[in-house]
Amino acid sequence: MALTRSEVHDIAHLARLEITEEEMPVYADDLSGIIDLVNQLQAVDTEGVAPMAHPLDMSQRLRRDEITECDQRTLYQRNAPQVETGLYLVPKVIE
Amino acid sequence: MHRRTITELARHLRDKDISSAELTNHFLERIDAKDPGLNAFITVDPERALARAGEMDGVLAKGEGGPLTGIPIAHKDIFCTKGMKTSCGSRMLDNFISPYDATVVERLQDAGAVVLGKTNMDEFAMGSSSETGFFGPVRNPWDTQRVAGGSSGGSAAAVAAGLVAGATGTDTGGSIRQPAAMTGVTGLKPTYGRVSRYGMVAFASSLDQGGTLTATAEDAALLLGIIAGFDPKDSTSADEPVPSYLANINESLEGLRIGVPAEFMDERLDAGIAQAVKDALSVYAAAGAELKSISLPNVGLAVATYYVVACAEASSNLSRFDGVRFGHRCKEPKDLMDLYKRTRGEAFGAEVKRRIMTGTYVLSAGYFDAYYLQAQRVRQLISADFRRALEEVDVVVGPTTPTPAFELGEQLDDPVAMYLNDIYTTAVNLAGLPGMSIPCGMTNGLPVGLQIIGAPFAEAKLLNVAHRFQQESDWHRSFPDE
Repeated sequence: MALTRSEVHDIAHLARLEITEEEMPVYADDLSGIIDLVNQLQAVDTEGVAPMAHPLDMSQRLRRDEITECDQRTLYQRNAPQVETGLYLVPKVIE
Repeated sequence: MHRRTITELARHLRDKDISSAELTNHFLERIDAKDPGLNAFITVDPERALARAGEMDGVLAKGEGGPLTGIPIAHKDIFCTKGMKTSCGSRMLDNFISPYDATVVERLQDAGAVVLGKTNMDEFAMGSSSETGFFGPVRNPWDTQRVAGGSSGGSAAAVAAGLVAGATGTDTGGSIRQPAAMTGVTGLKPTYGRVSRYGMVAFASSLDQGGTLTATAEDAALLLGIIAGFDPKDSTSADEPVPSYLANINESLEGLRIGVPAEFMDERLDAGIAQAVKDALSVYAAAGAELKSISLPNVGLAVATYYVVACAEASSNLSRFDGVRFGHRCKEPKDLMDLYKRTRGEAFGAEVKRRIMTGTYVLSAGYFDAYYLQAQRVRQLISADFRRALEEVDVVVGPTTPTPAFELGEQLDDPVAMYLNDIYTTAVNLAGLPGMSIPCGMTNGLPVGLQIIGAPFAEAKLLNVAHRFQQESDWHRSFPDE
């Protein structure tokens, strides 16, 4: 199945990835090849088979609602590209 | 000294034949001399390693410490290491200094290991050749024109070349076993949930599992005993007791039932590898094991299933890299959308982008049922194949890879060809089972890996099966030219 340029453009937008016009045909080819590979699953009869989301037959563990972590904001924000007075800065969102 | 196992080195340290500082210096010198030709390391920290070695010599002098005290190891650069760069092989995290230790790192630290540095890998562990990373390809110590396998290729190459006594790795679809096979070392991927994923940069959360690359099964047993076990910080960590992996490692294989899947020995398998696997099976037969031909009818669907599940989970996991809280940020973003798109467009490599987009596609409205849900159903079928087989046999044995190490660049432009390197390994992750690869022969001067697969939490059995083979053969003691 060949994906069109415009489909790849839409997928890249959903994934928040900038793909240049020159790269577009390469990704269209590559993704089409990958989709062809995974399309073999369509022919498998899975009527009545329960989807397997997780390899261990276990349920999600709960813990007591207790405070276990201390505030390490300053330490964590050392890796941030731009912070001011303890806040992460991003381009203006609301005009 | 660099050809001794961890078990042997521990004895030398205890007997004061050598100090941890001397040992650490020796490995650091080997890294200096050999790594420029291999590129197995992203970060080497001699100062920190030597300070730590000195500290461990103090512990040993008092007659204290355990079997790992003072032993030089390395971590795959996917494990968060406090105060050290943790790049995951990506430009995205090239500037990331981890503020905390992964549980695996912490446990090995508590056991007295000396960390020499962080090893090279495919970007975000996405690859089967350790060529997709931002820091350049890892080269195979057996032939530097060839790949070391991936994604834990740096750890595998470092152990194979004697640059470190043992290393950590992670395996989502074969990323410990495949590079172990291609470099002639022992790779162990434990049962899903056996080893904590806390602090391991996430790729595909229902498949990822941490493990080890070592010279021998005995060393793997030693390390697994340290890193395995329940961790409240990982919600998928298994609350199962950790047995002594060394206690029964030497048990006789008399009466062991080995299943050999017909699907693993088909025409896609390289003839030299097929021969080495058959020879290994006769070693087991001679040791009293019973060989049975078995069938895993759905295993041929594993690669397709894997690339749906793994890409879907990756596209979700990697959405955290947004240029806001940590990691790369593009210059002068004009608005928030531009910030996200350019940051991610600039800092992710081609393979990571392909997988994020594949995952986005299979999860998108209108395709979710046809791809993702269908893949989860086929995953159930593959898992059931193994469950049935493992009722009849104790372990499943076959090749780890369809071919030996291929040439650098050979498959880089053909993602589907690259994915087919994982035909024998991905099914094990889908089923959540433990798997190992041990060296079992050579073909055209390149190592061949034997894969051993077991029931959930049967690591002790796998290690026993691997160790007994290493008592009967010398493949794990054959090394690339110095």
